[in-house]
Amino acid sequence: MAERELVIPGDMLGEGISGSGTYMENGKIFASVLGLAERRDKLIFVIPLNGIYSPKTGDGVIGKIEDIAFSHWIVNINAPYSGVLPLNEAVTDFVDLTKTDLTKYFNYDDIIFVKISNVTKTKSIQLTMKDRKCRKLYGGRLIKITPAKVPRIIGKGGSMVELIKNHTGCQIVVGQNGIVWIKGEKEDLAIEAIQYIEEKSHITGLTDKIKEMLEKKTGKGDENGTKINS
Amino acid sequence: MEQKLIVDGKRIDGRTFDQLRPMEARAGILKNADGSGYFRLGRTIAIAGIFGPRQVHPRHMEEAEAAILKCRYNMASFSTTERNRPGPSRRSKEISKVIREALMPVLFLEEFPKSAIDLHVEILQADASTRCAGINAASIALADAGIPMRDLIASCSVGVVEGQIMLDIAGKEDTEGDVDLPIAYYPKRDLITLLQMDGMVTREQLKQLLELAKKGAMQVYEAQRQALRSKYLEE
Repeated sequence: MAERELVIPGDMLGEGISGSGTYMENGKIFASVLGLAERRDKLIFVIPLNGIYSPKTGDGVIGKIEDIAFSHWIVNINAPYSGVLPLNEAVTDFVDLTKTDLTKYFNYDDIIFVKISNVTKTKSIQLTMKDRKCRKLYGGRLIKITPAKVPRIIGKGGSMVELIKNHTGCQIVVGQNGIVWIKGEKEDLAIEAIQYIEEKSHITGLTDKIKEMLEKKTGKGDENGTKINS
Repeated sequence: MEQKLIVDGKRIDGRTFDQLRPMEARAGILKNADGSGYFRLGRTIAIAGIFGPRQVHPRHMEEAEAAILKCRYNMASFSTTERNRPGPSRRSKEISKVIREALMPVLFLEEFPKSAIDLHVEILQADASTRCAGINAASIALADAGIPMRDLIASCSVGVVEGQIMLDIAGKEDTEGDVDLPIAYYPKRDLITLLQMDGMVTREQLKQLLELAKKGAMQVYEAQRQALRSKYLEE
C-alpha cells in the first residue's frame, strides 16, 4: 500500500490493526470511508475526506446557544447531538437561580467556544467552559467547513492558522466541529484563504501556496500582522 | 403493427444481449447536500442527495442504538413522456422502501445512535430501471457524504424478451418484454440486497439471469468507484 492512497469504502487495506475509518472482516482490513489510507506500524486507518463532526471528549468546539433550561444551556455544536452546558461548568460566581436570569450570561443565539468534557455511550454530550481558551465570542463572522479538514486549517502545531492570522490581522478561532470564527478588518481575505485550504486540502505544499496567495493579496510580507499576533 | 424487439441478434437500440447502456457516474454534484451522486444509464437519469447523520424529526422515530435511514424516491413531473403527477404515490413509496432496504446492509448505522440519515433520490428522466439508477446514485452519495459503509451497492436489471435473456432492459423491452428483474448487488459478500420481478421465469432461467445481473452490476460498481476517485484525483 502506497503512502496516503485514496481509498473507497470496501477497498482492501491488508492485514494489521484496524483503526478509525476501517473495519475488519475475515482477518482482513477494509476501508469504511472515502479518504486517504495511512499505515503506522501495524495500525491501518483512513483519514476521511468528508463527513459530519462526531463529538469526542476534549475537543474544543464552537457552538450556538439553542435553548436555555432551568440551570443549563443547550448548545448546538454542529453534530447530530446537542451539547449540555450546566451552569456550574459555565460560570464561577455564585448564582441564585430564583433571582437570576440565565440570559445574563448566555442568551439565545450567542456564540461560544466550549470544550467537550464527556460523551456518554448514549451520546449525551457534556460541555464545560472551565478552560483557558473557552469564552463567549462577540461579533465576527462564522463559516462552516468540513470537519475532516480542520487539521489542515490548523496546520502543524497551528502553523497554518497562525500564517493567516499574521497576514490578515484577524482573530481566528477554529472549532474541531468545523466552525471557524473570524473577526478583524480583513475578514474576507481570511475566509477566502480558509475556503481555499478546504477545497485544496489534499494537495501537497499547501502552506507555501497559501503564503503566496496571502502575500499577493495584502501586497506585502509578514510585517503587517506580526504585531497583532495575539 | 408489431415491431420485433430482436433483429439479427441485436436489440432495438443496437446493443448485444449482455451489454449495459452507456453509463455516466459522478460524485459531489450538489453543493447544499452533505453528499451527492449522479448516475445515468442510457436515458435514465437519477441524482441522490444525503443529509446527516443529524437529529431525528419527529423525535419518536429515534432509535437508541443506531441511526435510522430515511429514504425518499421521487420522479420529477417531467421525467416521463406524459406528465407525471407530482407527490408521493403507491409506487414511489414502495421504491423508497426497497431502496432503503437495499442499502441498509452495507451501512454502519450503529456508529451514530439517535440520529437520522436522510436520503433523497430524484429521477430526472425515466427510461426503465429507475430504481437501479437511484440505488447507484445513492451509493455514490453515501460514500461522498463520508458515511461509514462496508461496500458500495451496485444495481442493474436483467430480463427476458422474446425468450432471450438480456442485460439492462430499456425502453420497449421494458413495456413489451416478458420479464423485468432488477437486482441490487453487494459485491464484497456476493449478496443480493434487492430482487424484484415482473413476469415468469423457469428455475434454470433465473439462475442464468442472476449470473448475468451480477456481471452487469460489477460494471456498474467499477463506474461508481471511478466516479468517487475522479472527484479527488483530477488535479
